[in-house]
Amino acid sequence: MSARYLHVLEAGPSMTVQDAGRPGYLGEGLSRSGAADALALAEGAALLRQGADLAAVEMAGMGGTFRASHDMRIALSGAPMRADVDGARLTWNASHLLPAGAVLRIGAAEAGTYGYLHLGGGVATPSVLGSRAAHLAAGVGRAVKVGDELPVGDETGDAVGLTLDPAPRFGGGELRVTESMQTALFSEQTRARFESTDFTRDARANRMGARMAFDGAPFAAEGQLAILSEVIVPGDIQMTGDGTPFVLLPECQTTGGYPRIGTVIPPDMPRVAQAGPGAALRFRFISQNEGVDALRRHRDAVAALARGVRALSRDPAQMPDLLSYQLIDGVVSAHDPDPKGDQE
Amino acid sequence: MSRPEGFPKIAPVGLCGMAIRFSASLSEQANRAALAFRAGLEKAAWYGVEEVSTSLTSAFVRFDPLHLSHDALAARLRDMLDAQDWYGADLPGGRKHFRIPCVLGTELGPQFGDAAAEAGLSEAQARDELCAARPRVLTIGFAPGQPYTGELPAHWNIPRLKELTPKVPQGALVVAIRQLIIFANDTPTGWRHIGQTAFRCFRPEADEPFALRPGDEISLRAIDAEELHAIRARDRTGLGGAEIEVIA
Repeated sequence: MSARYLHVLEAGPSMTVQDAGRPGYLGEGLSRSGAADALALAEGAALLRQGADLAAVEMAGMGGTFRASHDMRIALSGAPMRADVDGARLTWNASHLLPAGAVLRIGAAEAGTYGYLHLGGGVATPSVLGSRAAHLAAGVGRAVKVGDELPVGDETGDAVGLTLDPAPRFGGGELRVTESMQTALFSEQTRARFESTDFTRDARANRMGARMAFDGAPFAAEGQLAILSEVIVPGDIQMTGDGTPFVLLPECQTTGGYPRIGTVIPPDMPRVAQAGPGAALRFRFISQNEGVDALRRHRDAVAALARGVRALSRDPAQMPDLLSYQLIDGVVSAHDPDPKGDQE
Repeated sequence: MSRPEGFPKIAPVGLCGMAIRFSASLSEQANRAALAFRAGLEKAAWYGVEEVSTSLTSAFVRFDPLHLSHDALAARLRDMLDAQDWYGADLPGGRKHFRIPCVLGTELGPQFGDAAAEAGLSEAQARDELCAARPRVLTIGFAPGQPYTGELPAHWNIPRLKELTPKVPQGALVVAIRQLIIFANDTPTGWRHIGQTAFRCFRPEADEPFALRPGDEISLRAIDAEELHAIRARDRTGLGGAEIEVIA
């Protein structure tokens, strides 16, 4: 049986392989990395009825063009992007079959920032320190490029044609924040102004952090340039020297000397990562207990994703090639792990 | 000073973290306390704790608040703090000294003259002082394997720049606030770029990806650009010509 792979024919500028990341190396200065929108990773896993630990292709702003070496199951999640297979439009937030040799095209994000292409069996690039997640800031892995042949793991399921309703997170909104060790360095007045200011995610945002653009005076702390470097976690809202907040993302540094006014709670991090250009964001301080309740509800919602998945309604008007679709369906349900045998 | 007023202190770091802070300013004792406390946390291995680390004068616990409540963790941390004098703890064992070749100044360390002036020294004096110093790795952080080393003599307490230098290369030697860093990767920084090494702090492909550990010591051997080039050409390990000896 030949190796299964996805041939990359075109790639947007910021396409990487991501999984749940590489926790445990904070003391060595290596942040976790992993999908910028962890919820999208879980959604893709639910749509393919496979483990959420498998790696997917993360596409920032722009998708790419791909050709499969074998029949493969795919799922699309995160920022909605226009997608088709050989010209037949694909529903986002759904799983589909990508036949061997067919060309999958994924365009620009129509809302949000990070789109995800999941593969049945997961992307099977080599694991580094226990994860396949690229961490470009740290020099782990690299961006996916034109000409790459991304290895795909052995298929373990046959679910396809499933969809779900994603939690809304592509248009900005409220970000819940808990106090952090440096919150008290900011006056009550500054914190109140911080909570009442509308921010937009700066277009220069990347996987390290998102600069929050706003109108108004800088947000200053006492002794801003003199504080000792302390531990940093994703979600920390770092106030740089010019008084502009940066929300730190999965490839952030692990320590830093800029004061942090607070930390966005993990359930709201997909909203930070996915806020599209111009989407308004607000910060609101909540108590630790409220944060723990929100985390519990978030975990319950993620655990319930698999139950919320339903069959994609097949509108014949949107399926110009109904016959081939059914044919493909038949191939998949035959549980043949490698329908194309030793070709390629 | 052994135990600064109001310390040690427990502080939240986001929803799923707590820092145990031993001082608001850097000191030898507070750094040792943080390293020893982290070792204690590793040994205790409480249910719900997912990761421990240190920064300059703090230990850090990442935990799952759905399995270990904030109150329960804080209570355990306080008990552990009370159990011994952490400021008097020993340094970790298995420490090494890395003597690292480095070009100081020239276009490879464009802010060297500026930094020397900030420290009130001539360039020759600054070079002599930096090569004679043997700063300790106080913590690894910011970027993978990247050492914060110190402390240099008090006149090296020069502030970070307000304007970031957009890109300082991997292996760069930078200085601020009585500390030296060798950068793990190309990075923007407010620290002054004073030299260049061929040392790679992080080698993801190696058996030991992280070269340095907290407690290790470094020193600099001044070289010229030609020697740096020669070291790079022959280096297969990523250690950039560093000589390594075990010290404890």
